[in-house]
Amino acid sequence: MATATEMGTNERFLTEAAFARIFEVLESQGFTVVGPTIDQEAIVYDRIRSVDDLPRGWTDEQAPGQYRLQRRDDEALFGYVVGPHSWKRFLFPPQATVSKADKTETGWQFQAVEPEPAKFAFLGVRACELAAIRVQDRVFMPGPYVDPIYQQRRDNALLIAVNCTQAARTCFCTSMETGPKCTSGYDLALTEIANGFIIEAATAEGAEILSALESDDASIQQRQAGQTARQQAVDQIERRMDTTDIRDLFLSNLEHPRWDDVASRCLSCTNCTMVCPTCFCSSVEEVSDLTGDHVERQRQWDSCFNVDFSYMNGGNVRDNTRSRYRQWLTHKLASWIDQFGSSGCVGCGRCITWCPVGIDLTEEVAAIRGDAT
Amino acid sequence: MSSKPTLGVFKFASCDGCQLSLLAAEDHLLGVAAEVEIAYFLEATSHIQPGPYDIALIEGSIITSHDAERIQQIRRDSKFLITIGACATSGGIQALRNWADCNEFVRSVYATPDYISTLATSTAIADHVQVDFELRGCPINQYQLIEVIQSVLAGRRPRTPVHSVCLDCKRRGTVCVMVAQGTTCLGPVTQAGCGAICPTYNRGCYGCYGPAAQPNLVSLTGQFESSGVPREQVVDSLRNFNGYAPEFRAESERLEASRESTT
Amino acid sequence: MSDGYASRMPTPEAAARPWQTHTVAIRDVRREVEGVSTYDLAFLDDTVREAYRFAPGQFNMLYLPGAGEIAISVSDDPRNTEAYGHTIRVAGNVTRTLAGLGVGETLGLRGPFGTSWPLSECIGRDVVIVCGGIGLAPLRPAICTLLQDRQQFGRLNLLYGARSSDTLLFEREYDDWSRQGMDVQTTVDRSSPGWLGNVGVVTLLLDQLPSFDPHNTVLMCCGPEVMMKFTVMAALNSGLSEQQIWVSMERNMQCAVGLCGHCQLGPTFICKDGPVFRYDKIAPFIDVEGL
Repeated sequence: MATATEMGTNERFLTEAAFARIFEVLESQGFTVVGPTIDQEAIVYDRIRSVDDLPRGWTDEQAPGQYRLQRRDDEALFGYVVGPHSWKRFLFPPQATVSKADKTETGWQFQAVEPEPAKFAFLGVRACELAAIRVQDRVFMPGPYVDPIYQQRRDNALLIAVNCTQAARTCFCTSMETGPKCTSGYDLALTEIANGFIIEAATAEGAEILSALESDDASIQQRQAGQTARQQAVDQIERRMDTTDIRDLFLSNLEHPRWDDVASRCLSCTNCTMVCPTCFCSSVEEVSDLTGDHVERQRQWDSCFNVDFSYMNGGNVRDNTRSRYRQWLTHKLASWIDQFGSSGCVGCGRCITWCPVGIDLTEEVAAIRGDAT
Repeated sequence: MSSKPTLGVFKFASCDGCQLSLLAAEDHLLGVAAEVEIAYFLEATSHIQPGPYDIALIEGSIITSHDAERIQQIRRDSKFLITIGACATSGGIQALRNWADCNEFVRSVYATPDYISTLATSTAIADHVQVDFELRGCPINQYQLIEVIQSVLAGRRPRTPVHSVCLDCKRRGTVCVMVAQGTTCLGPVTQAGCGAICPTYNRGCYGCYGPAAQPNLVSLTGQFESSGVPREQVVDSLRNFNGYAPEFRAESERLEASRESTT
Repeated sequence: MSDGYASRMPTPEAAARPWQTHTVAIRDVRREVEGVSTYDLAFLDDTVREAYRFAPGQFNMLYLPGAGEIAISVSDDPRNTEAYGHTIRVAGNVTRTLAGLGVGETLGLRGPFGTSWPLSECIGRDVVIVCGGIGLAPLRPAICTLLQDRQQFGRLNLLYGARSSDTLLFEREYDDWSRQGMDVQTTVDRSSPGWLGNVGVVTLLLDQLPSFDPHNTVLMCCGPEVMMKFTVMAALNSGLSEQQIWVSMERNMQCAVGLCGHCQLGPTFICKDGPVFRYDKIAPFIDVEGL
């Protein structure tokens, strides 16, 4: 079925000046705007307040184990791909207090901590990231138990997508069928073209924001420019992952010799899991005051690459890197399908770029499949 | 006489920085002082009580024969012995002597080398006596120290993380300096505890908390070398505050040996 | 009737607040064997007490602030609604701290969580329960229920192995269980003076079980993983299918509701897809080293 965008019924054109007003419109509606900005020699996601905070004229060059900022030869605001952060940082915060315990005269009293109200507008969500949010929605929200923090933040979040107009060497969203074009799951979607943006609202909330901005019907030329820009991203994607029967492939290759091979390279440092926009593991830590009478339980991001992650009865179930890497990749690409009905991988390539030794999961998949070159 | 558990703090070859961490804990230290009786802590008080001690905190490494004898006595006097810091746990920066001629150092540093009596090596406390818990860091993290003391008092296992510095970088949103800037960083093989200070201030990790659990040194140093870092520099990066920790030591010696065999 | 045996699902309030812990007080502590005690825990809040029900095999998260939280199967008769027994071996930080508490002191409890023993599947069939060591504790609620509704079921056999005669759990109850219609057989790994019973692994009891109808039997098993593995092998050899065998698994459980990722075994979350599994669901994964 053709989407509204493909039919071209809904596309408007925003000049950059008109787009710049989106910050005040969002803030006037109580949103905290989070989006791309330059920090620590990378394009990260952080609180941003105006168009001046965006990475104007910068792009990112990525390869296994390598990320570098580069100047562009234009003034594009969204002329990069994806960086070290993902939106999970805001929907599933790295650290959060989940409950409190206080010792009283009648014994311990316990209180689950209500999530602090948060209302984020995410500006610059890529197609693979929309897919990642959908994946985490299926982890944290279907129940019977839900994650209250995630749900509060997710329910109130406004998603302003930006279509990719280029791809990094680490991108493989086309293999995972998650991009590069944003097709659903957003409130507004932008495509950056010369002098402005093609914009399209997909929800009532998005339409309300759009109506507060000065926009025109997009002309045929502008629509074509948008289409050309989006096609450029498709054309640039060179990395592939063959997902044919991938669940059975992995679950029937738990003793494949490739696991030993990758274990000799893997640092078990947790970087891939931390940058992954879908990895959701956490641990709860006791934080006590000196008297021991007031204790908070803090949930923190954790990783299946940590040695003590599987600690039980005095030992670790996964006590070597081989078993931990196997757990991560098998979960991500295979058992995730059993658990949540889709792959846990969206093809964003972060785990490839941000692995300090450049391990590339698409190569590992090919090797397990037995068609390594 | 007090019925509170007694605590002794003992110094060997070290810079005193770890003891200072304990003193710098101030409020927390007062809290600890309420739970234990500080029986021996020369850096804090000249009031000394003889052993036995319920908890002994040992700072510093063994570099003289006198040290080697004294640690035996402290061990005999102590119920639960905890080493604090890189010196006590892995020999410290002074363990660089272990790869060199110590007499040469003595001759070039001291006006009258004859007055100096020292062993040829700097070694960890665990090389001499049984250690009940090793608290890593150069210097140690005061909160971890308080946790260790509290857990010993409560009769439980101390909760100090064994994961890599990378996890802490990611939790705090620090961008990887190795990937984004090509900086040599020991974070992927180093135990957390500092809160990932150096990468957050744009430097590579120096490995102050020693090797993380099951570190893959060979892969990481291979990556350094393939990105153009000369082998001498890779070896130097491993020979730091925890250079004589078994995993770091094995790797720097492997790199040196394989260089020798190839040249 | 069979619905009465189903796992208890969370109330909407509980489902929306997975971290809500309730205060329980220790009503009684009974030493079972060396290093193992049963703690009867009672909710202080009347509303919570009235709402709480568990099914045999389900577990609770017990919380000792400062020390941490652990998953413990309820070892009590499900008909009890005042206090719930939890049979616990001192092993780590939390259990050691718990061992220092006495009657009247409080701790936290979340639950119940997980799947339960397939008691409705047992109706009209023979039931063989095979346990090792403290693995009898999670099956005690099932035994209580089978005996309570005794006429619903065929022959009941309990085969229980322990390391030695002084580590046999709930020994004072075996005569009662026998009287109520369950054949109880025990074996120990190591004999000791005065022990006249069986010596050897528990699977020997299974091999020797007389008049065993493999087509009309449900087998429930809990114990160390290696013991369960050999029990399953013996059961399959004697003609049971994987669909007739149920085991209770253990992994590092932290959130208990499938959100933290720790307890995975292959595609399963032990906390929410288990701990009780029909064997065919985990058969491909249970033998894989380090999975």
